[in-house]
Amino acid sequence: MATTDPDAHDHHHDHDHNHGHNHSHDPIEVAEGAGEYEIMVHAIKELLIEKGVITGEDIRKTLEFMDTRTPALGAKVVARAWIDPEFKKRLLINGTAAVAEMGIPMGDAELIVVENSKDVHNVIVCTLCSCYPRTVLGLPPDWYKSRNYRSRVVVEPRAVLKEFGTELPNSVTLRTHDSNADMRYLVLPERPAGTEGWSEEQLVAIVTRDCMVGVAVPKAA
Amino acid sequence: MSEVANPRFSPGDKVRIANANPPGHRRVPVYARGREGTIERICGAFPNPEELAYGFDGLPKRPLYRVRIRQTDIWPDYKGSDKDVLELEIYEHWLIKA
Repeated sequence: MATTDPDAHDHHHDHDHNHGHNHSHDPIEVAEGAGEYEIMVHAIKELLIEKGVITGEDIRKTLEFMDTRTPALGAKVVARAWIDPEFKKRLLINGTAAVAEMGIPMGDAELIVVENSKDVHNVIVCTLCSCYPRTVLGLPPDWYKSRNYRSRVVVEPRAVLKEFGTELPNSVTLRTHDSNADMRYLVLPERPAGTEGWSEEQLVAIVTRDCMVGVAVPKAA
Repeated sequence: MSEVANPRFSPGDKVRIANANPPGHRRVPVYARGREGTIERICGAFPNPEELAYGFDGLPKRPLYRVRIRQTDIWPDYKGSDKDVLELEIYEHWLIKA
């Protein structure tokens, strides 16, 4: 994952940070045993169960449901939109309703699908926390939640995209979407040349998570 | 979400985001405060997160908009196309007609 993850490298905390690469970032904390937040989560969970607000069963079911959410769902949505122009229209007008047609619930949030074209590229971030279309893409990758990505992609999005291997000419308008409130975002990438006549399954296979966050574009090869 | 009965703004309207720094849970990033942009769309009406955060019901629901701001209007030394934009969600009570 080294090519797509600015924070993915071996990190040992028994040395200082002048270790041969010149980017600054927050230390990646790997806690031994339960950290403060983990203890807090358990305490709140126990209280909620004790007070009868939720049950242990509710939590288990939610975790079970989240385990079934993966980027493959989003890839199916994208491939369908590439193949079915009527579905694509509905998807761009009302993302929540269109993914519900495919049996994908959005929960409490609404989905906005933003379309890439030869003139426009879209990229998603949540600067305030880590809002992410979890029911369509599963859990967000660590880099999406990193302070590095969240702060830099609004200030210098083109430099960040370049680090992900996505270099945009200035003739392409870049739209950065901050999911700072109640909407969630999914990028509908442009269908790459060389995929004419491909089956829906073949198309699904080239739509990666990073393409749907907008830090990469799908490739036919 | 529910439909907005009487939205104060329509897509294309020029707006300014209030340059305010009230204490508490606010979902307006500091970089966007005081900036001018245009309404990209009306998202709907949602319970006010500034109230929800403190255990209130957040009602009445507040209209939420997507505001499109030119990157060069946010960051004076922005590197990229002049057409590059940043879009984010702002509640009606943070918006002023520009």
